[in-house]
Amino acid sequence: MTACEPAATAYRQSEHHRFRVADADFLYLVPSGAVFRLDGLSKEIFDAFPLGPLDRGELVSWFTERRYAPDEIEAILEEMTYYDVLTSGDGRPKFPSIPAGDFPLQRVVLNLTNQCNLSCGYCYEYSPDKIAITKDKPKYMTDPVAQAAIDTLFRESAGRPKLHVTFFGGESLLNFPLMQSTVAYTDAKAASEGKAVDYSLTTNATLLTEEIADFLAEHRFGVTVSIDGDKELHDRMRVFHNGRGSYDVIAPKIKMLLARHKTNSIGARVTLSSGVRHVRRIYDHLTQEFDFAGVGFSPATASPDRLYHIGGETMDDILGEFADLAYEYRDHALKGRHHRFTNVTDTLKELHSGVSKAYTCGAGLGMLGVGTSGDIGACHRFVDAPVAQMGNVVKGGIDHEARREFLEQHHIGARPDCHTCWVRPVCAGGCYHESFINHGNTSASLLKQCDRVRGWIDLCLHIYAEIGMGNPKFLERFND
Amino acid sequence: MKSLQPFNQKARNMERVRFAELGDVQALQQESDASKSGRVYYPLGCTLSFNPGWEVDVSGGTAGLCQPVERDLFDCYLGCAWPAQVPDHVSNNPSWTDKCSAAVNDWRNVDVVYP
Repeated sequence: MTACEPAATAYRQSEHHRFRVADADFLYLVPSGAVFRLDGLSKEIFDAFPLGPLDRGELVSWFTERRYAPDEIEAILEEMTYYDVLTSGDGRPKFPSIPAGDFPLQRVVLNLTNQCNLSCGYCYEYSPDKIAITKDKPKYMTDPVAQAAIDTLFRESAGRPKLHVTFFGGESLLNFPLMQSTVAYTDAKAASEGKAVDYSLTTNATLLTEEIADFLAEHRFGVTVSIDGDKELHDRMRVFHNGRGSYDVIAPKIKMLLARHKTNSIGARVTLSSGVRHVRRIYDHLTQEFDFAGVGFSPATASPDRLYHIGGETMDDILGEFADLAYEYRDHALKGRHHRFTNVTDTLKELHSGVSKAYTCGAGLGMLGVGTSGDIGACHRFVDAPVAQMGNVVKGGIDHEARREFLEQHHIGARPDCHTCWVRPVCAGGCYHESFINHGNTSASLLKQCDRVRGWIDLCLHIYAEIGMGNPKFLERFND
Repeated sequence: MKSLQPFNQKARNMERVRFAELGDVQALQQESDASKSGRVYYPLGCTLSFNPGWEVDVSGGTAGLCQPVERDLFDCYLGCAWPAQVPDHVSNNPSWTDKCSAAVNDWRNVDVVYP
């Protein structure tokens, strides 16, 4: 054969993650995010590939000699190449395309204030890791700014029929009057433009009143309450300015909210830190004492030299508790029962739909954060930050050029560290804010977490397959 | 069980797209072998669209149809690739239906043609 002569088509296994549940073999395909179960001939063909790349003729004769009919082999080969289980490509990683700079908006997060009545030790707005520069910014957002943000959302949403507004802070309820007027303004605008809007709120619950609870119920707010467990654990980090713990203040208010607000879900968000890592204990308390609809856990964002930073061994302990709770979730699901560990719910939903992310989250893409002055950040964590800025809702709206640059810099194709990782369809590199705190660079992949992320997704894939085989009806709740 | 089984929603969507791409038509009375080859077949037949001219009335004849039986000729001529014995409207008889703008009313104007 000369150098110009094309080589015979050689097939190889496509990028994948293989896992086994009971006696069943599964493939999680990369980058599509599709999950296939291998059986019989497809499994035998797939297993033949450690021998090296094989061309179609070799494959057919190899299996013809092993009792299979040529037609049957041709048909399954066609299927396997169509689904990209096998490939004849060059083996380079494949990525989703970069979206246009005017990608339609779906959500704005309004930081109603940069003030807070708590001084939580790990807060990324007040701790030593703070990146927001609020010295020359108003403490509270005003109606003209909030309305300009809503106008921007509608103007930039193109044909999206359903939009979202999230109220955030600081402590968002310090500016409750603005929340009321903004909801009224948004509802009127939605009615005139024929779009639907839903609302969500994150709060520390210290300022909740019956009036506020009724308002949230009337407008079907999804509410996330920041709470770290029982009194002893919660009060370690979530304290008032004078150092007093906030648990005794919020506990009765949360119960009042749960009793009065039944029109949407109310979830708990737990921030884990070096001293607050008791996942099972916290989960039990928040579901039994408060009856939250869901409980989600997230490690505090912190550079490694902070006391509350979670070190490697502690993180492994935490993930061990995550696993125990995840298996409990599986057992519930197999019996058709709801479980409230939302870290599993969120991951199962992504695995079920087969997400293949170009970006780790919606920041700068379908979602933007807006600060008290109207300045736009990629998300609420970058409001008033020195990086990831994209214009001002009052002065000129979105800076599309800055947004386009952000999207190019953070696309999975621009993150070479992720290019050989099988978990990239779900992870896509990790939180930009975490990267900035840890590496001073929003697009640096969080390599020290990669093994743990892969471990978590592998665990959830096993659980997904077990539920899919044992009680497939349970997974229908995740259908798009 | 299939040898390669789609398990999550993405895989099932990919299977649907594949079937749509590989799909072929077959007559209604033919038995599908889709289960053997994994291909999907879309049924072909005039009854997929509502063409009353292809039917008979309650007496088994054609006198009481809501449209005249002659409409069949017209339907084959315009809307169907069925090789019915109708004039060739592309080359030799392009004006065959010029006087028949609505088959239900004007079917008598569709005249005999001679080769």
